[in-house]
Amino acid sequence: MTPEEILQALYDETLTGNAPRVLELTNEGLDLDMEPQTLLFDALIPSLEEVGARFERGDFFVPEMLIAGRAMAGAMERLRPLLAETGVETVGKFLMGTVKGDVHDIGKNLVNIMLEGAGFEVIDLGVQVAPEKFIEAIDLHQPDIVGFSAFLTTTMPMFKANMNALEKAGMRNDVIVMVGGAPVTQEYADAVGADGYAADASQTVKRAKALLDAKRSKVPA
Amino acid sequence: MSAEPLQTVLRSATREVVIGHDRPFCLIGERINPTGRRIFQEQLREGDLSAIERDVKAQVEGGADVLDVNMGVPLTDEPELLAKAITMVQELTDLPICIDSSVVEALEAGLSAYRGRALVNSVTAEDDRLELILPLVKKYDAAIIALPNDHDEIPMEADKRVELTGKIVRVATQEYGIAQADIVIDPLAMPIGADTSTSLVTFEVMRRIRDDFGVNMTCGASNVSFGMPDRHTLNAAWLPMAMTSGLTSAIMDARTPKIVEAVKAADVFLGHDDWGMAWISAHRAKQAAADAP
Repeated sequence: MTPEEILQALYDETLTGNAPRVLELTNEGLDLDMEPQTLLFDALIPSLEEVGARFERGDFFVPEMLIAGRAMAGAMERLRPLLAETGVETVGKFLMGTVKGDVHDIGKNLVNIMLEGAGFEVIDLGVQVAPEKFIEAIDLHQPDIVGFSAFLTTTMPMFKANMNALEKAGMRNDVIVMVGGAPVTQEYADAVGADGYAADASQTVKRAKALLDAKRSKVPA
Repeated sequence: MSAEPLQTVLRSATREVVIGHDRPFCLIGERINPTGRRIFQEQLREGDLSAIERDVKAQVEGGADVLDVNMGVPLTDEPELLAKAITMVQELTDLPICIDSSVVEALEAGLSAYRGRALVNSVTAEDDRLELILPLVKKYDAAIIALPNDHDEIPMEADKRVELTGKIVRVATQEYGIAQADIVIDPLAMPIGADTSTSLVTFEVMRRIRDDFGVNMTCGASNVSFGMPDRHTLNAAWLPMAMTSGLTSAIMDARTPKIVEAVKAADVFLGHDDWGMAWISAHRAKQAAADAP
């Protein structure tokens, strides 16, 4: 296969969520001395963007989104160390987790896929993440944005507990805070003092990029 | 040897509904719930409960046996709202109510406003939740829906769910004096779109809970089709499969004829509708409605 053919096949196979083939093609591309960032930015990310666009239009469904995300994740496992060596910058680093007391993760996982598809590096802490776990992880990974997810009206108050923990740790100004989940509203996000809220996965990506741009334009380079 | 099949009795002020393994399936209408309904949320926040009237009517006409009432709107006084909604629903219909909240104070307010024998939705196998909610169930002589999950993630293995069911049954009966017949287990129905094997696990859990404990079971049945196209068809196929595995009730879409009819048809085949008399009567009623000028 030529490099062009590899990119096209990688795009197509990611779109249909063929994880084994995506990994094979990634390896074939690397064997041909293709740059890891070429594979990422010219095939994987555009493909996941297309998956997200189709999902948003209602042409793609949850399982298709999940298997495409899984296919990309397999390739990323191979590419991430190589990308780190070459010092390629991601769009930003996003730390994500479902709050303590809540075990729901489908929506959060969809958001993760959309973020990865948009070029974010996503660190997912999973479900039932206690405030001190978030603090630890923020300290360790230094993310640009942290996302709190909650599916229950009873676990939404954990947003505030997380915010208080951030304040207490003196980290509130180090990270952008986004909140989301089925019962969450803009009003609620404002009430807990979050920087951003989005109603669905694709809006999350747009909002995350906008918040990041706003923050970076404030900080002198 | 299989456990004796138990019957759960629910009541409004004037009507009794019995959930049981050898009886027609109990349809609990899911609609009175603001989750995912932005306009309804806004209305409730402004104290406007008028939408409930429409929801009650549609579900009663659709064939609901019990109505779930959930008032989980953030930044409101949920106990007050839930008590109001329950009083209102009881003025509109004589169907028993499933009082739905994860806020203990709201459950208590709902129970004290309710006239009859309610179904409480819900408690988990977590010690602190059991300690808070089971005394209320006992005090108000209600039945309780219990989810076999604890502090960790929702257990994906059938063994763990059956084990936690055993814990719930033991604690509720031995420590709180609640009758086993008044425990309704939710075997945890998860979206098939997120995990291809999830329904098979849930069906296995249902069979084992029925055989080991004889208790009734209910679950949020619309959840199974989340994220998939043509959800009504999936829901209509899933419910008869679950009923065959031992599910005796579901919190479900009682407004969509396709789904309700699938349940009624399964009742006929499972021997829960003697000689198909309920099926035949429903057919005649439909015909009469169609012929009416």
